[in-house]
Amino acid sequence: MPAKTDIGPPYFKDFLPKVILDNYGKWDYHEIVKPGVLMHVGESGDKLWSVRVGGARLICTDRVREYCDIADEFCDGHFRFTSRHNVEFLVADEAKLEPLIKVLTDKGYPIGGTGNGITSIVHTQGWVHCHTPATDASGPVKAVMDELIDYFTGVKTLPAQLRIALACCLNMCGAVHCSDIAILGIHRKPPKPDVNKLPKVCEVPSTISSCPTYAIKPKKLEDGTKSIEINDERCMYCGNCYTMCPAMPLADPEADGIAIWVGGKVSNARSGPKFSKLAIPFLPNNPPRWPEVVDAIKNIVELYAADARKYERVGDWIERIGWETFFDKTGIPFTDMHIDDFDGGAPPPHIAFRTTAQFRF
Amino acid sequence: MAEESKTPLLDELEKGPWPSFVTDIKMAAKRKPETMDLLNQLELSYEEKIGHWKHGGIVGVMGYGGGVIGRYSDRPDLFPGVKDFHTLRVNMPTGWFYTTKALRTICDIWDKRGSGMTNFHGSTGDIILLGTDTDQLQPLFDDLSEAGFDLGGSGSDLRTPSACCGPARCEWACFDNLQMCYDMTMEYQMELHRPMWPYKFKFKFSGCPNDCVAAVARADMSFIGTWRDDIQVNDDEIAAYAEGGLDIQADVADNCPTKCISYDASSKKIKIDNSNCVRCMHCINVMPKALKPGKERGCTLMAGAKAPILMGARLSSVIVPFVPKEKLEPPYEWFKDFIDRLWEWWDENGKFRERFGELLDRVGMRVFLKAMDMEPIPQMIEAPRTNPFVFWWPEDVETSGKEAK
Ligand code: HEM
Ligand code: HEM
Ligand code: HEM
Ligand code: SF4
Ligand code: SF4
Ligand code: SF4
Ligand code: SF4
Repeated sequence: MPAKTDIGPPYFKDFLPKVILDNYGKWDYHEIVKPGVLMHVGESGDKLWSVRVGGARLICTDRVREYCDIADEFCDGHFRFTSRHNVEFLVADEAKLEPLIKVLTDKGYPIGGTGNGITSIVHTQGWVHCHTPATDASGPVKAVMDELIDYFTGVKTLPAQLRIALACCLNMCGAVHCSDIAILGIHRKPPKPDVNKLPKVCEVPSTISSCPTYAIKPKKLEDGTKSIEINDERCMYCGNCYTMCPAMPLADPEADGIAIWVGGKVSNARSGPKFSKLAIPFLPNNPPRWPEVVDAIKNIVELYAADARKYERVGDWIERIGWETFFDKTGIPFTDMHIDDFDGGAPPPHIAFRTTAQFRF
Repeated sequence: MAEESKTPLLDELEKGPWPSFVTDIKMAAKRKPETMDLLNQLELSYEEKIGHWKHGGIVGVMGYGGGVIGRYSDRPDLFPGVKDFHTLRVNMPTGWFYTTKALRTICDIWDKRGSGMTNFHGSTGDIILLGTDTDQLQPLFDDLSEAGFDLGGSGSDLRTPSACCGPARCEWACFDNLQMCYDMTMEYQMELHRPMWPYKFKFKFSGCPNDCVAAVARADMSFIGTWRDDIQVNDDEIAAYAEGGLDIQADVADNCPTKCISYDASSKKIKIDNSNCVRCMHCINVMPKALKPGKERGCTLMAGAKAPILMGARLSSVIVPFVPKEKLEPPYEWFKDFIDRLWEWWDENGKFRERFGELLDRVGMRVFLKAMDMEPIPQMIEAPRTNPFVFWWPEDVETSGKEAK
């Protein structure tokens, strides 16, 4: 029998536990009881505890079944995931809260990710499943979280929330452009087109038009076949052409690596949303544990922890102390790579030059 | 003696306190030997510092243009288990709430039809079923459909809409963003499953200005809950926070971006100049028992966010500062009319792979507003223009010139 199409997702209310259905839209307030444990109180007086645990995002069905077993035992068969790949176990019966926490702790799941600390890293596929990555995703995430786990579990706290995201190429499926700290895979060499094979496997005009900086030009081969050539100076290594045409590979083990960006945010709390800005233009890929990347992030986090005022997000902190002070204190070298000179973009206009005489020395 | 591991580099990532994806791949591989080739190929990537996947190949299921990502190994000679290893995007239940029964069903189907590896969840919010053969795609879809699940978006279509937990578990939700997200997902199944636009289009629904689904950064159409009237204040709870040791002057009043809160330490009372409050949520975040968003609730409608590719990142910007809650409930006539006209304008004017926000920047807000028959308002801008290069509508020049006489 052919499958039904366009049935859409299951209706979400069919998946809500009773305490949520009873108090839907009628929650009164909440408290963070301890790191990773939220208590929501309804106008009715009902209480709901949510225990948040970190996960790997790339998980197997056995893991999902283990979550299910735990939720069956303590949560009447209900749990949820958060927008940042955490798992939340929902408990309506206070008597089950501590036993649940004990089981989770015994099984080694980190509990935390609430309040002023670091929650799970939003990330992408990397070498595990994508064709354009300049680095892996799950590996660097694991290495960074192993190092920063105390900020997840609440052993250490920060002045405000600190959100980290990773995307393994400039497509930024992981949406890193507004993170407090963003880890971005970058290529640094133009594609190496196989000009003879290209006309056989790709459409030449669409390959040419795929390039946002017009770096790809038509060129006739000796036998008169239409192919392409690349103006290397105009290429910013976005990989767009490779997505259009597999005869344009650009990955390169030595040239590829990671850039670190800082100071973005999404929420409207205090200051408005802002983009992340370039802090470190390049760090090498050094699997399996990317020590250069881990050290660089740890350095920024620790400095921020020590220097920022309460409730200042990373971007607010840097704006207050000034970028010169940020580079000075972190010891990160400031280079010509940091100065925006990409004119491929239409509006919004460049805002990167300082036009006041206000600065710090 | 134990057998020597074939993945010494990845084994390193089983150490340390954070949950390890390597452990999970190995668990799946115990039951599904071909999944071990995922780990083996990844080990080669770790050795060589380069990926080993090829893209392309049109794969899919009958009747749909999206929802499947085709993926092939470039070393099928070494890793036959992942020769083809396609991904299915499955539309998650709104708000990511599950019953264990439903999840076990998905696990059973996926163990039968694929690698046993998943992402909970993909970046857009879908359940990602990672890795199966071409000939399993249709039966996999049939099984999922039978179990009540459907595919999410991919390609130049409406991507799977997502929402924060909203009124289900957050006292700050200013409208029923879960219901609206679900209803819009159902309304636009055609657009979700059959790519037919210049590029992708995303809806995200956050219940309040904390924006926990990052709608402002990640959606072409961003719904961000807000309110219009005064913040609700409970004086007793304010006093209780003060007695509990909270420094209301430093932690709350001084951090208000518009300095519209004054605190009287002797009476332990605050006063908010609500006409100056920009609804940033800070004071409410710090004192959730004492303060709540006002009662006249709704959302701010913003549009145009996108990642840097191709012409630079863009955050969504204001289209309608306040849509009252009543308009965010069924039957949504106003919104359906609005979005149909917006899509039509984008479809007619957008270039291939041009996101809505890029089109807005290329042709200008004034052209969009005219096409949509909307009025410009100061909430749409940070500040008025600083350059004098104004494009005048010829007809306006005629009329305004005459008026002067
Ligand atoms: C500055 C303020 C805030 C920011 C920037 C912010 C940001 C975030 C982020 C990044 C997430 C994803 C969390 C994760 O998966 O670990 C999140 C989720 C969430 N936040 Fe906030 N948050 C803010 C304030 C709050 C506060 C004060 C609450 C109070 C309860 C809250 C409630 C939630 C809830 C319930 C979720 C889960 C949402 C979901 O996954 O659907 N947020 N928030
Ligand atoms: C030109 C831009 C982009 C291209 C060419 C692109 C391409 C891809 C490809 C090939 C994959 C498949 C990865 C795999 O093999 O599983 C993927 C996954 C994905 N992309 Fe993109 N992408 C682009 C931009 C974006 C953006 C801007 C977003 C989000 C705002 C996004 C969201 C996703 C999501 C959610 C996935 C699912 C995998 C995951 O969650 O990591 N992509 N993209
Ligand atoms: C096409 C555009 C423009 C033209 C043709 C133009 C032309 C002129 C001319 C003819 C003068 C007078 C020079 C003199 O004193 O003999 C002048 C002065 C000036 N222009 Fe422009 N201008 C243009 C755009 C701008 C813009 C965009 C700005 C600033 C944002 C600007 C700022 C000034 C300033 C500050 C002066 C000096 C005024 C003064 O003496 O107080 N101009 N411009
Ligand atoms: S960010 Fe780039 S490499 Fe990573 S999953 Fe997305 S398209 Fe693939
Ligand atoms: S990598 Fe990007 S910039 Fe370079 S040639 Fe290809 S499309 Fe153009
Ligand atoms: S966006 Fe607002 S309403 Fe939604 S979960 Fe976050 S704090 Fe709650
Ligand atoms: S919501 Fe923000 S702007 Fe409004 S009073 Fe509170 S801190 Fe001030």
